[in-house]
Amino acid sequence: MKGTKMLLGCALLAASLVVSNAQAQTTLRMTWYSDGNEGEVMSDLLRRFEEQNKDIKVVLDQVPFKAINENLPVQLAAGQGPDLARVADLGGVARYMLDLRPLLKDPAYFETNFGPFLEWMRLPGDKTSIPGFMTQLTLTGPLVNKTLFEQANIAMPGPKATWEEWAKAAKDVATKVQAPFPVAIDRSGHRFFSLAITQGAKVFDDKGEPAVVDDGFKRGAQLVYDWHKNGVMSKELWGSVAGTAYRGANDEFKNAQVVMYVSGSWQIGQFDKTIGNGFDWVAVPTPCGPANCSPMPGGAALVAIKTTQHPKEVARLVEYLASEKVVGEFYDRSLFVPGHLGLAKQGLTYKDASQQGKAALKVFSEGVSTLSPVANKLQGYVHNRVIFNAVISRLGQAIAGEASLDEAYKRITADIEQQIAERTKK
Amino acid sequence: MKIAQLLTARRDASHRHWTDIAAYAYLLLGVVLMFGPVLWLVLSSFKTQAGLLEFPPSLLPMSQKEISVAGYPQPLPLFTVTMEDGTTRQLAQVRRVGIQSQMVDPDNPSQQYRVAIDKRVPVREFSLATENYTEPLARFAFPRFLANSVFVTVVATLITLLINSMAAYALSIYEFKGKNAAMLMVIGTLMIPITIILVPVYLVVTKLGLVNSLWAVILPGAATPTGVFLLRQYMLTLPRDLIEAARMDKASEWQIYWRIVMPLTLPALAVLAIFSIMWRWNEFLWPLAVLTKTEVYTLQIGLNAFQGELQTQWQYLLAMTVMTLTPVAIVFVFLQRFITTGIANTGMK
Amino acid sequence: MLRGATRIIDWPMEGLQRLIGERRMPYVFLLPNLAFFGVFVFVPISINFLYSVTGGPALFPAERPFVGAGQYAYLFDCGSFVDPSSCREDHFWRGVSNTLRFTAFQVVAMVLLSLLTAIVLNMKIRGRGFFRAVYFFPVLLSPVVVALIWKWILQRDGLLNAGITGLGGDKILFLSEPGWAMFWIIFVSVWAHMGFYTLILLAGLQAIPADIYEAAEMDATPRWRVFWRLTLPLLWPNLIVVIVLALIRAVQTFDEVFVLTGGGPGTSTLMVVQYIYETAFSNQVQNFGLAAAASVVLGIVLFALTLAQLAFSQRKSS
Repeated sequence: MKGTKMLLGCALLAASLVVSNAQAQTTLRMTWYSDGNEGEVMSDLLRRFEEQNKDIKVVLDQVPFKAINENLPVQLAAGQGPDLARVADLGGVARYMLDLRPLLKDPAYFETNFGPFLEWMRLPGDKTSIPGFMTQLTLTGPLVNKTLFEQANIAMPGPKATWEEWAKAAKDVATKVQAPFPVAIDRSGHRFFSLAITQGAKVFDDKGEPAVVDDGFKRGAQLVYDWHKNGVMSKELWGSVAGTAYRGANDEFKNAQVVMYVSGSWQIGQFDKTIGNGFDWVAVPTPCGPANCSPMPGGAALVAIKTTQHPKEVARLVEYLASEKVVGEFYDRSLFVPGHLGLAKQGLTYKDASQQGKAALKVFSEGVSTLSPVANKLQGYVHNRVIFNAVISRLGQAIAGEASLDEAYKRITADIEQQIAERTKK
Repeated sequence: MKIAQLLTARRDASHRHWTDIAAYAYLLLGVVLMFGPVLWLVLSSFKTQAGLLEFPPSLLPMSQKEISVAGYPQPLPLFTVTMEDGTTRQLAQVRRVGIQSQMVDPDNPSQQYRVAIDKRVPVREFSLATENYTEPLARFAFPRFLANSVFVTVVATLITLLINSMAAYALSIYEFKGKNAAMLMVIGTLMIPITIILVPVYLVVTKLGLVNSLWAVILPGAATPTGVFLLRQYMLTLPRDLIEAARMDKASEWQIYWRIVMPLTLPALAVLAIFSIMWRWNEFLWPLAVLTKTEVYTLQIGLNAFQGELQTQWQYLLAMTVMTLTPVAIVFVFLQRFITTGIANTGMK
Repeated sequence: MLRGATRIIDWPMEGLQRLIGERRMPYVFLLPNLAFFGVFVFVPISINFLYSVTGGPALFPAERPFVGAGQYAYLFDCGSFVDPSSCREDHFWRGVSNTLRFTAFQVVAMVLLSLLTAIVLNMKIRGRGFFRAVYFFPVLLSPVVVALIWKWILQRDGLLNAGITGLGGDKILFLSEPGWAMFWIIFVSVWAHMGFYTLILLAGLQAIPADIYEAAEMDATPRWRVFWRLTLPLLWPNLIVVIVLALIRAVQTFDEVFVLTGGGPGTSTLMVVQYIYETAFSNQVQNFGLAAAASVVLGIVLFALTLAQLAFSQRKSS
């Protein structure tokens, strides 16, 4: 029986793998996803941590984002989570996070430097817990292909320009240089709100309950709808794919087909690397609407998980990684906008970035001061994904011509109500 | 095969019908349609990131030629430039400022030019971007993932073959109480895709304490209704006299199954083996749900770990797709005769 | 080695047979399979049913509040069942209607093309083994790979559009126009699975005795008539298998379409299974209850289809 022999061999191999792992002192597991090089940077930092802390071994389990988004919540609910995880839906995972405050040497450091972002990781009513720190603060904003503007010989709108002015300018440029995408906005509810909030969307009523569809929201939706009708935006992004699926235009931008790409700070690293000297691109402040010129904040955090068997070691690791020098190096090498107030004030040097990349990171970092309270509140709202999903899924249908905007508004309200009810059912 | 020969012999080779020509045309079109897309994938996987974004795409992987010019420490990219007088020449680009490009003649580095960027076309040469493969592979414990995938595929296939052939044997050779109920159960669940019961299966696996064990990937799919169905259909066609004769010789039921029926069922077993290998090798959603530790990742999870929230790195995605596809393709090349005739013989009659 | 191993199993099995008697042996053979089945299929399906009558975000059924037929009522809350947009949960019904449309076209195309290919492969041609392998090859690719390959070809700057612009046409957004998107998902799924059905039909064709054709040729019966009167009726049992298998698989379609179009544009290629998957998983809005209710409905439909197959195959064997 050849099969038996092989089976035996494989079993032995598998067993030896398990054994070699069991020998380590305290092993911490960190589930991690990467958009760019941040996984490599984190590995470096962990290796350094292990050298300084011989009793702790940290294993970085790198997964596709899909696993963080879809599988991790189920694993956490079943009590099968890792010790730490990098997550993007802070509100949704909040109930599985471990409060490290009692274990930290200096909780005040976390309060001072991560204060506003810690609120995003807390459940409603919780004012004190410290579950982790931001691996990345993201801000939405437009990236503009400056070379296309120059080729078309059209001046770029100034810093306080409105969305309408940008749309017109981008359309003119695109017509002249024959670019297929005058304006591209990521297909994402989060990104849509960076537009809607400038138009005056309040998102919540006086009692703090979601009241998403208001006049400001409708103004924003109408703009996007009209832009699809008159060719400022291509149906390829918002009209293709169904439901809540994300769709970006980063490849199109890299290929100089997009005049203005409304995305966010996380694109800088890859644009810096791949566009190179191909054309000049710049980040500009979020265009203005009647209400304000606020971007939408966002980001991912590294958090401790409640079910960990080694809370003390987790706290030591988080303390190390969140310390100013280490987290500074992490942001710096990953080309991330710092989610650390002290570092944000000092400014990072981003020594690996080109001049263009540095300039863009500066524009986004300055955007932090223009954040409207609505944007911050929405990002910290525990059910914000419900809102984002309902909005993008229904607006997508309207743009694809399956429903009118009014029907979409009705469905958005009903979807949000039903899903929050289902989520809070006990 | 005799029937096939008879069939083909019935028509006279000398008299060519228009349908013969149409048939060849159809088959050649088939070759292009069936192989073309896969070939295109393989070619594309060797293109650089910039090469992938090009339109119209070049057939072969190309990249821009770079040239060392005296006085410049870095190699410079080479362009074909249309000069103001309409002539063209090859120049290296020093830097680009706005829509103007500052260029230099490689043969005469002191001679500099300013050229509008739409007047230059990159000079390109054939080159394979093998970094699409080497970079992600260097980042991950590739041999470990491969070993895990091979273990899952081999063990799962062996278990599948054994338990499904046993069940198929019971359901094809015997008459017994509850046979119809068993048949109904097998067939009733034939068509429940695991996608829709992913969460309950995960709960079961958790209760069994199998999370992060390769067995969690191996066991749930082992009893495949498709396998039972396929094998049973084949066993039904076996001559009953053989089995009766063996019983006369005092062979036990197990011996009849193991010594007589199994060898005769080989073609159908081969088909099931191929399908099982293919299913297990390609499985993605389910392993992603139950395996969270690097040391137990299968190839499919490991190779997809670079897929982030906000971007698809096409160059890696294509290269890793080719990586996972290659073993299946190799198995197929060696076993294709076996597989295709096997299915044809199983016949589903 | 092989001998030794078999003997080791032989003895206990023989003892077992002596102990329980020959007539109970079939249960022994069935047991391992049924055990796996019970644990990994039957139990999950039962849990799934529990989900469908409970609500809330909790994972463990015991922690979920009972809601009776609430999830089903929500699913079936429609003004009119022919118009998905009149339904409260319109995505489910759009999924149903898309799946029906997809299934109808896909199965017809699948059967016709695999029949044509089987007939061609059954002709007197050189390199038949090679061509047979060519058509079968895509069957071995995983759905995700299939979808990626075609996505790469069909995208705005893909190979197909390069061909079209090369011939002087304008680029077509194949995956962003509802009609084209539906066409391509049908095309791609036929491309990927046709080889399997072709082989089943080819086996049927080869089993038709040659003398039947010889007699027909003597009578100088026209070819199309031979095909219509002789080949097709004799091939009927295989055709039934192909139709039913293709039908069931079409209803279940998920991965390929999910990767290729993501259900878009709008919701024009959103399939039922994708709806279930997304309701249960996507973006943390994990509505297990509703997803389970939808999957129970789908399960019942699939079961009915499978029973129909059983009825067919039994009529065939009698």
